Amino acid sequence: MPAEFDSAAKFAEYAHPERLVSTDWLAEHLGQPGLVVVESDEDVLLYETGHIPGAVKIDWHTELNDPVVRDYVSSEQFAALLGSKGIARDSTVVIYGDKNNWWAAYALWVFTLFGHEDVRLLDGGRDLWIAEGRALTTDAPAVTPVEYPVVERDDSAVRAFKEDVLAHFGNPLVDVRSPEEYSGERTTAPAYPEEGALRAGHIPTAASVPWARAAAADGTFKSREELDAIYRGEVGLDDGDDIIAYCRIGERSSHTWFVLSHLLGFENVRNYDGSWTEWGSAVRVPIVTGAERGEIPAR
Amino acid sequence: MEVMDATTLPARLAETREDFLALGIPDRLQLLLEFSNELPSLPERYADHPDLLERVEECQSPVFMFVELVDGRVHLHATAPAEAPTTRGFASILAQGLDGLTADEVLEIPDDYPQSLGLSEAVSPLRVRGMTAMLGRAKRQLRERLTAA
Repeated sequence: MPAEFDSAAKFAEYAHPERLVSTDWLAEHLGQPGLVVVESDEDVLLYETGHIPGAVKIDWHTELNDPVVRDYVSSEQFAALLGSKGIARDSTVVIYGDKNNWWAAYALWVFTLFGHEDVRLLDGGRDLWIAEGRALTTDAPAVTPVEYPVVERDDSAVRAFKEDVLAHFGNPLVDVRSPEEYSGERTTAPAYPEEGALRAGHIPTAASVPWARAAAADGTFKSREELDAIYRGEVGLDDGDDIIAYCRIGERSSHTWFVLSHLLGFENVRNYDGSWTEWGSAVRVPIVTGAERGEIPAR
Repeated sequence: MEVMDATTLPARLAETREDFLALGIPDRLQLLLEFSNELPSLPERYADHPDLLERVEECQSPVFMFVELVDGRVHLHATAPAEAPTTRGFASILAQGLDGLTADEVLEIPDDYPQSLGLSEAVSPLRVRGMTAMLGRAKRQLRERLTAA
């Protein structure tokens, strides 16, 4: 049975308020049967330095990615992973993490590939929880492994591949990387490691909206009105649009995917997880450099 | 990695590697966390001079480091925020492992030492690259000090 939804007034403005919980809500509901709290961070050790009491950790790199093929885990691996964390198919999962929930949103998106129904983000993530002086512990949670069914991963609804992007021109693309990566001055985020793209720039016609613009200073999501002003006003996205978001490896664009799908209610949003590390190294795909979006390439 | 000649690896680094490899994967993370907690604060003279520290661009988290050579002995100082425990752990392994070595001994450390610690499965190969970059920068700074001396 799903945990009750957070009825905070801020969330009621969003298209899918059931996708967010506040720190107040989580503090009240910690320990409730059927609720599993998951921490997912960029830094693989951050959880060990202190986490929300009872929270389990899922690492994007070592647990959600296949170790050999560039892909997500298989249905069997996902079932084993979630079962080992005490997550059942009908559990309410609340994910939180560092850096404005960057990696938490990525984990939520992977959960979505497997159709886990009730998965939510903690608005403000790890930083807000800590800033509010709430409880942290280094105690390992007492986890009772459960059976999670093997469900087929469905890549069709929220995941885009390179071929999909090539067939997508004429529809909106959102590039959520830094302005330097978008223009082609560099291939990785400022202060981030080189992850091997041979060419720099952006996919033609993509609008540049760095992902963190969706977050307020305290790490929470901006209000519905502010988000509408950016994505509908500035970028020009419209109801009914078929949208693909991308970044460098698909993590930052998961955050934007969450905003567009769950907060603003766009129904056809896909995340291109191959992103720039694939596109920027692929042979004969069109690339635009500079600050302008560029034209739809001739076929 | 057996290819690495144990005789050329300084004792502290060899010991660190043995310690990691003796553990199962989850315990390797705990050991890395211990290293992270052991990273000493910067000496006062560097705390007041952030300009002397060089940022390691290849690391995901902001880490700054400085190699000094005093009376023929190497000392590595590094600082990284508490929110970046993995990076702090990498810096701590190197700070402890290089401390007190001669310049030649440091320059002879195999560049792939970080890959030999058994951390690829625990923290992922991509993240281990950050430590490789730190070792590379330490050696480069050391060569610069030697040239300047």
